[in-house]
Amino acid sequence: MSDWPLWEVFVRAKGGLSHRHVGSVHAPDREMALNHARDTYTRRLEGVSLWVVKSSDIVASDPDQSGPTFEPAADKVYRHPTFYEIPDEVKHI
Amino acid sequence: MYTTELDKQKQPPEGANVTAIDGAEDPALVEAFEARVAADEFIEPKDWMPEAYRKTLVRQISQHAHSEIVGMLPEGNWITRAPSLRRKAILLAKVQDEGGHGLYLYCAAETLGTSREEMIEALHSGKAKYSTIFNYPTLTWADIAAIGWLVDGAAIMNQVPLQRASYGPYARAMVRVCKEESFHQRQGYEAMLVLANGTPEQKRMAQDAINRWWWPSLMMFGPPDDQSPNTERSMRWRIKRETNDELRQKFVDITVPQAEFAGLTVPDPDLSWNEAKGGYDFGEIDWEEFYAVVRGEGPVAKERMKARRDAWEDGAWVREAADAHEAKKAARKVA
Repeated sequence: MSDWPLWEVFVRAKGGLSHRHVGSVHAPDREMALNHARDTYTRRLEGVSLWVVKSSDIVASDPDQSGPTFEPAADKVYRHPTFYEIPDEVKHI
Repeated sequence: MYTTELDKQKQPPEGANVTAIDGAEDPALVEAFEARVAADEFIEPKDWMPEAYRKTLVRQISQHAHSEIVGMLPEGNWITRAPSLRRKAILLAKVQDEGGHGLYLYCAAETLGTSREEMIEALHSGKAKYSTIFNYPTLTWADIAAIGWLVDGAAIMNQVPLQRASYGPYARAMVRVCKEESFHQRQGYEAMLVLANGTPEQKRMAQDAINRWWWPSLMMFGPPDDQSPNTERSMRWRIKRETNDELRQKFVDITVPQAEFAGLTVPDPDLSWNEAKGGYDFGEIDWEEFYAVVRGEGPVAKERMKARRDAWEDGAWVREAADAHEAKKAARKVA
């Protein structure tokens, strides 16, 4: 028998926080993926909410292309507030 | 629990292989990789990595995973015989954790391009190794206490530095494992204390357990540094952060006072405090025994593998049922 599909597991640690990737599980279907995720990743109250997503459904950027992908953001310092010179006398800005 | 990286042969024939692979790799990529690792950057699954790094990690992580899975067996044997409901609940939780640790680690290994199926198959066919420690028998309840205290204690010593391993998924798995492992060691030591402070017979049982588990625990750190051919490269790659002998020394230094507190004797006549080095000197390890167990000649090696294969085969119907259930639901959706 070959492996069941792989699911990525995301846990929300508590209300107010985003779900965060914690690992993966194999399971034949979504319900069982959720059950396995609970048993594997939340044995100690690690979370209040779980997501499972089929790994094959995730689209990822290519690390070999991370230069060209993210480089255009590098030379746009004017997108940061510290780029702008405001006289010291001016407050609350 | 943790296994030191063990090869079936003392010196893997891979050396030649590695050079050949290295030769085929782009030197600029190799250089960039080495620089990233040297700068303590993390390597992630889709990043370029030398084939030898990938292979070594697959072996190391999968052996570690197998050790967690096989590690459930000696303790699982005692669940029905735990001396109280409290101890039974604790042991169940611990064994479940070990299963979880195996799963974290299999997942980490799978990100390197191997499959769960291949790894399980390698374990069941005897091709893959797991920690030598699990091929010793658990004769009494005190052995369960000793395993938690000494075996998990040694495992923690090994695993804590691996939280900074260069391979991201491995390091993250180690963070989870270490968080959970501390409970394993503490419950073991507590159980040991209860026996050590109990009736003379209980105390004898505790002493007998440390007598049998002390040396195999020291062996868990693997062969001495001068006989550990891969150490240098693994340290450079940050998939091993401290040498076997360094970790072994640390373990002895923190564990001996714990034994003394419990009123138990460490079974080593050569053990003595060395003021100058600020650590204990200890006796020679029987490396012949170690290599024999690595070769699969451990006292209960065959029983362990049989129990593991039986569990897999006896559980096949559950996996088949899950498949059938999924197929039925999928068919219903189409209709």
